[in-house]
Formats: sequence, structure tokens, C-alpha cells
Amino acid sequence: MNWKLTLIMLTLLALLYQPVCLAEEEEVWGGADGLAEDKITEIAPDYEPWFSPIWEPPSGEIESLLFSTQAAIGALIIGYFFGYSKAKKQEKNN
Amino acid sequence: MHIMEGFLPPMWALFWFVMSIPVVAYGLVQLNKLVKEKPETKSLLAVAGAFAFVLSALKLPSVTGSCSHPTGTGLGAICFGPAITSVLATVVLLYQALFLAHGGLTTLGANIFSMGIVGPVVAYVVFKACKKANIGLMPAVFLAAALGDWATYVTTSVQLAVAFPTALGGTFASFKIFATIFAVTQVPLAIAEGIVTALIVNYISQVRVDVLEQLKVIVSSKAVSTS
Repeated sequence: MNWKLTLIMLTLLALLYQPVCLAEEEEVWGGADGLAEDKITEIAPDYEPWFSPIWEPPSGEIESLLFSTQAAIGALIIGYFFGYSKAKKQEKNN
Repeated sequence: MHIMEGFLPPMWALFWFVMSIPVVAYGLVQLNKLVKEKPETKSLLAVAGAFAFVLSALKLPSVTGSCSHPTGTGLGAICFGPAITSVLATVVLLYQALFLAHGGLTTLGANIFSMGIVGPVVAYVVFKACKKANIGLMPAVFLAAALGDWATYVTTSVQLAVAFPTALGGTFASFKIFATIFAVTQVPLAIAEGIVTALIVNYISQVRVDVLEQLKVIVSSKAVSTS
């Protein structure tokens, strides 16, 4: 039962992303945060950001490294929890 | 939903800090209490935080042609309520502000308010209502997480609209502009977040149903289908 449900949901996820993957025209796929930044400068051309980040990743590669680190830290904890809990449950059942 | 560093006028930056700080402070108190009184929930707390870490790191493309990311706060809100979740979100937002130049320290208050407070409150309320309506655990989690995610992005649009009204149409016209960027882009991502959150809650209910019962997410183990 749960397997079926999981499968249905994964299929739904895939369907959700199908139009994105099949998009033919060259889209920018830029970040929405950046688009909002552009709009702000459009609405208020005189606005000057009054503070800038104390540190910025020196390049796009390093930024993606740090983003993957963030995801990896999270995934590690989740994986540990599930592995530990599952083994503990099996132990109890035996 | 990250408002970039320096992109809120000082007045508004301060305003959102004033709105957020009491909630996060209350969340910290609650968090301490929870860890002391129910230490066995600690592992799930770590998972809720980790889930927000993973999901908010994934920038996904949307049908509108731009990329945005889920928030991952639905899980925390469902299990621990919005106040504790606001603390988890603060950790995530601080990491991104300091190491990724994503969001910022001056806009931290505003970003905590949208991702750490409004989103989780909506998820929490929706989950409670669905539980009352008895529509089943998975659909309830799905709706709560998806609507919570979406509410976060609507909030960001409102925050930018009130800070930057257009010269002609004012705040409302400005809201329409920012909502087109955030709220519309977010629809498929919110659905995805709902699905992923439902999957993970389903799995937690299989391995650690005791913690979910203790946190009153699930009423009794009979209500969960066992495989």
C-alpha cells in the first residue's frame, strides 16, 4: 500500500517537472530573488541598497559548492535518523 | 523569497525585526522546554531542521521560466508548531545570509517573518483543520506543507510591495508585480513541497510512530495504515 502511494507521488512529481524539462525555447531559469531585485530597481530607480553582504562566494562554482554542502548536511542527518530508527525497530521486533 | 541584503529601506528592515524577534524568542523558550520534557523528540527535531536545510538549498525551475526553492518548514510546523519552526528557519536563513550571500542580515527579520512565521503558521492551521475534517494523514500533510510554502512567497510579495509601492498604482500594483514573480512561480514548487513532505511524514510514521503520537501529530497508532 505504501509502496503504491510512494510511486504515485513520485510520478506526480515527475509530471510536475515534465514541462520544464521539455521546454524548447531558451529560458533564462534565473533566480526569482534576482528578478525581484530587478523589479525593485525598476519601481524605485533612486533606491540604493544601504548594506551589502559581508562576504560573498567568490564565484558561481563556490556558491554551488556551499549550496550542496547545505543540502548534504541536511540529507546526512535525515539519512542517519531513518537508518537508526529502522534498525532499532527491527531489533525490537526480533 | 529571500529579500536581498540591503534591499529593504532601514525603516522596513527594522519593522520586520520587531515583528519576528518575539516569535523566535518564544520559540527558543518552547524549544528548551520540549528538549527538557520530551528528550525523545530531539531526533525528530533534528530531522525537521535538516529537512528545511535540504529543501531550501534546492533551487528548482518552475514553469514561469525562473528558479525558486521550497522552504521545508512544513514538517517542523506540523510536528512542533510555528514558534519552534521559526527558530529552525532562523538557523537556515542565517547560514544562507552568511555563507551564500543569499538573503541578508539586514533583511533577516523580513525573511524570518515570511519563511519562519507566516508559512509555518499557515501550515499549522491548515494541518489542524484537516485533522478535524478527518481527511487522512497524507492529504493533511500535503495541503499543510503546500499552502505553507505558498503563503511564504505571498508574504514576501507583500513585504516588497509595502516597501516599494509603484508611483502610479501604489502598493496594490506593486504587489501584483512581485506576486507574479514569487507567488506564481511558486505554485508548482509548493505542490512539490507538499508531496515530498507527505512522503517523509509517511516514512516517519512507519519507523517512529511513537514520537508522532507523543507530539499529537497522530492520534493513535490505529489511525495509521501499517504495511
